[in-house]
Amino acid sequence: MSLAEPSGRGVPRGLPKLLSLSWPLVLLVSAVAGAGFLMLYSAAGGELDPWARAQMVRFAAGMSAMVVIAMIPLRFWRMVSPLAYLGSIGLLVLVEIMGEIGMGAQRWIDIGPVQLQPSELMKVALVMALAAYYHWLPVRRVSHPFWVLLPLALILAPTALVLKQPDLGTALLLVMGGGAVMFLAGVSLWYFGSAIAAGAGLIFLVLKSRGTDWQLLEDYQYRRIFTFLDPSADPLGAGYHITQAKIAMGSGGLSGRGFMQGTQSRLNFLPEKHTDFIFTTLAEEFGFMGSMALLGLYTLIIVFCIAAAIANRDRFGALLTGGIAVTFFLFFAVNMGMVMGLMPVVGVPLPLVSYGGSAMLVLLAAFGLVQSAWVHRPRGRD
Amino acid sequence: MRPVGPPPPPRVTRRGLMLLGLQLGVIGTLGWRARDLQIVQNEHFRLMAEENRINIRLLPPARGLIYDRDGRLIAGNRQNYRVVMVREQAGDPEEILDRLARIVPLEDADRDRALKEMAGRSAFVPVVVAEHLTWDDIARISANAPVLPGVIPEVGLSRYYPDGIATAHVVGYVGPVSESDLAKIESPDPLLQIPRFQIGKTGVEHRLEEELRGEAGNQRIEVSAAGRVMRELGRTEGKAGRDVRLTIDQGVQDFAMKRMEGQSSAAVVMDVTNGDIIALASAPGFDPNSFVFGIRSGEWNMLLNDEYRPLSNKTVAGTYPPGSTFKMCVALAALEGGHAGPGDGVYCGGFTTLGRRRFHCWKRGGHGTVSLRNSLSQSCDCYYYEMARRVGPDAISAMANKLGLGHRHELPMPAVAEGLMPDAAWKKAHRDESWTSGDSFNYGIGQGFTLASPLQLAVYTARIASGRAVKPRLVGAIGGEPVPVELAAPLDISERSLRSVRDGMYAVSNEGTAYRSRLVDPAMVMAGKTGTSQVRIITAAERAAGVTKNEQLPWNRRDHALFVAYAPYHAPRYAISQIVEHGGGGSAAAAPIARDILARALYGRTPPAEAYPAEQREEIEERFRLMQAPPAEAAGAPADDRA
Repeated sequence: MSLAEPSGRGVPRGLPKLLSLSWPLVLLVSAVAGAGFLMLYSAAGGELDPWARAQMVRFAAGMSAMVVIAMIPLRFWRMVSPLAYLGSIGLLVLVEIMGEIGMGAQRWIDIGPVQLQPSELMKVALVMALAAYYHWLPVRRVSHPFWVLLPLALILAPTALVLKQPDLGTALLLVMGGGAVMFLAGVSLWYFGSAIAAGAGLIFLVLKSRGTDWQLLEDYQYRRIFTFLDPSADPLGAGYHITQAKIAMGSGGLSGRGFMQGTQSRLNFLPEKHTDFIFTTLAEEFGFMGSMALLGLYTLIIVFCIAAAIANRDRFGALLTGGIAVTFFLFFAVNMGMVMGLMPVVGVPLPLVSYGGSAMLVLLAAFGLVQSAWVHRPRGRD
Repeated sequence: MRPVGPPPPPRVTRRGLMLLGLQLGVIGTLGWRARDLQIVQNEHFRLMAEENRINIRLLPPARGLIYDRDGRLIAGNRQNYRVVMVREQAGDPEEILDRLARIVPLEDADRDRALKEMAGRSAFVPVVVAEHLTWDDIARISANAPVLPGVIPEVGLSRYYPDGIATAHVVGYVGPVSESDLAKIESPDPLLQIPRFQIGKTGVEHRLEEELRGEAGNQRIEVSAAGRVMRELGRTEGKAGRDVRLTIDQGVQDFAMKRMEGQSSAAVVMDVTNGDIIALASAPGFDPNSFVFGIRSGEWNMLLNDEYRPLSNKTVAGTYPPGSTFKMCVALAALEGGHAGPGDGVYCGGFTTLGRRRFHCWKRGGHGTVSLRNSLSQSCDCYYYEMARRVGPDAISAMANKLGLGHRHELPMPAVAEGLMPDAAWKKAHRDESWTSGDSFNYGIGQGFTLASPLQLAVYTARIASGRAVKPRLVGAIGGEPVPVELAAPLDISERSLRSVRDGMYAVSNEGTAYRSRLVDPAMVMAGKTGTSQVRIITAAERAAGVTKNEQLPWNRRDHALFVAYAPYHAPRYAISQIVEHGGGGSAAAAPIARDILARALYGRTPPAEAYPAEQREEIEERFRLMQAPPAEAAGAPADDRA
């Protein structure tokens, strides 16, 4: 196969191809990002700088990238999937080496004006690689133990590298995002049952290992876990973030304290109010109705993507769309669970809303892939 | 057309729907949690958010004022102009401070302290750069505000003593609260936690601290998480401290201080009818305003090393052998004990022999036969050697105590002395020796172990004059409510004895040793007693060679000059005790000063020349003119009483 080949049955060309983008998805993504601009504007005390303006610029760049990626035939993305995966692994190893040779613990690489976080790239690259794998693998073999081991290795290799950084949040997202693709591909449920059992065992071991020679996590990660379990035990230390976030959310009430009227965020009681904890700013200022509106937008995006995956007869396209939908879901579910005190604070941004370049660009690129799968879906009768 | 080959792969429908269901379940949980936090627990978290943002700040109350008996201000509050600097607004603090130093006086030490404090604190915290500036300084700073970013003039209240030196010993002073102050207080008022809060350190300021301090107000302010003040939400004003009115007459006090200038001296003027202390002057004084912001060590050392001891309140804390001023006490003890009648004569040959020792009278050659009246007016020592021998120490001490000596009077000041009126038991206990006749002789003329403070001598004189056990008091009213004063109980001394002694005192002032220091106004006739107390022992050899004149001795070995008096003789109103440390003879050094101060109290103004003997009028008018001349350097900054 070559790139010059026609991209498939019934795929329009030229302007109609551009118009065949999934516009509902574009609108939903833009609406979420718009909420983000509003909150960044508020968090800066009613200023476009330093956050909102920069975020808008990135969003514009990301949207352009999304359209370009959507126009490129899906087959191309399937073919470059192994390369994307290997490249991301290579970058992860590179930041690890840079950290070791004395540039300090870094999670990103400076590329000109942009800081690239390989772990962000990896989240999408893993989904791509697994989707391509299952596209290639005959369906009857998906549950064969040997053919299960290979995708497991694909998931665990970057997970191990990310855990070493250490970045518990990303590791969680990689395992669960990869697992979701395997689940969609039809791997036997027995494996998932066993994996959950193994996970429970692992958690037991992790907790058990604390204070021994073979301690599995860093001390601060343990602290976060225990603080999550009982935030009031350490109200001015590690528990401060969670407590203040809950106060901000709770004081919002039904309709919120009003745009730019949130005392918790305006007076800086909220930690990281423009990044990981931005949801609390929104919940404080727009109340329960505001938080439900955002959650509703997210839900629509998920529902739309899963529906698109189900409808897509191209196996790579379906798995890719489903995997990205689950990764996106994991982003906001973990972030919201964390700021609402349902999960330990693991450092996952609120997708498309939190201030930050890498996550925004990677997520929009991922939606580009979803759009590409949509635009290049097989049409006509089976 | 799709090439014929393997069947198309199955869609992900079933697994996709399972996954979607799982996700919607999680989303539902998130929504439920948000409802729990935002709807169910809303009030709880709303309250916590309010607690977060609102801070309570104390507002110091205005300190109570201290007035003299006629409502003249002795201790007030004035506006303390200061400038604070905010680092984040200043940009380059060093440069701004340099500019500031060109406009207002700014010492290097203050400059360094401010820079250090700014470096150690958050950039938005205001740091005090200079205090107690004048209004002109503030005006200059305001005019130059554009080139002084981050420099903010502020105004607070601080203590001010308009008469500074004159009333320092009476009211004491305030100073910034210190660690050791806090350690002494069991449950400190939160006000004391305010840096540089001024509390009474000594004197009335210290003893009436609770009345004067007042109650803090508070200010509710919104703060950011870092403590930055965002805005004021509301305030409740505090309650100003209660004003205190003293019994002091500021005019008499000031006159006394000026009259004693250049001497190490003390005077106490008392109202004999009710014990009101009219003046309590200890010279030299010091400026209490120096202590308000913490005194500088140079000035402090100067005060400490001055041999005239300006920091010591000699009126209550200084004790001296009362010398001949004690003779009324011995006379009263003798009369009341029936050891002598007023008309009984005692022969004075210039000395009294006791075993192989001779006790000399101050007059070589003696007074001949003296009665009680002459013994006082001529201050004959031999008469009192004889009386003390007859009476014995215990009866003298009992009489002394009755007259207010050897007793610590309750006044709101530090180190009020008890003095000492010894008796046989005291000597046994403290010296482990028996009382001797020689001790009695010394006791009889107010020497030996005997010690009394000027305050005690004033009380003693007032009691002789009034025949009542008047007690000294300094506080006339607190918060507008007069401190009640009862008519003092009569002394348990017969009027006949008292009259004899008063007659003797009349003779002292109008015929005897203090004749030169009399008042000739018939309405203001004085009755007094001179005293000269030795601070060294005159040896037999020295006496044989002729006693060295005081003027030839170094200052600190000269005799103390004392004088006590009351007036008017026929209707006693004021009593005075006067000491001039190492001043020489009581009649020459102490009596003239005491007469002027007493006259100032009696007339309520600078005494008129007609009150004085004709030949002294010129000299005295000249002296008063000099006293009233304004001092060379102008008085300090203008006082704004309680802004």
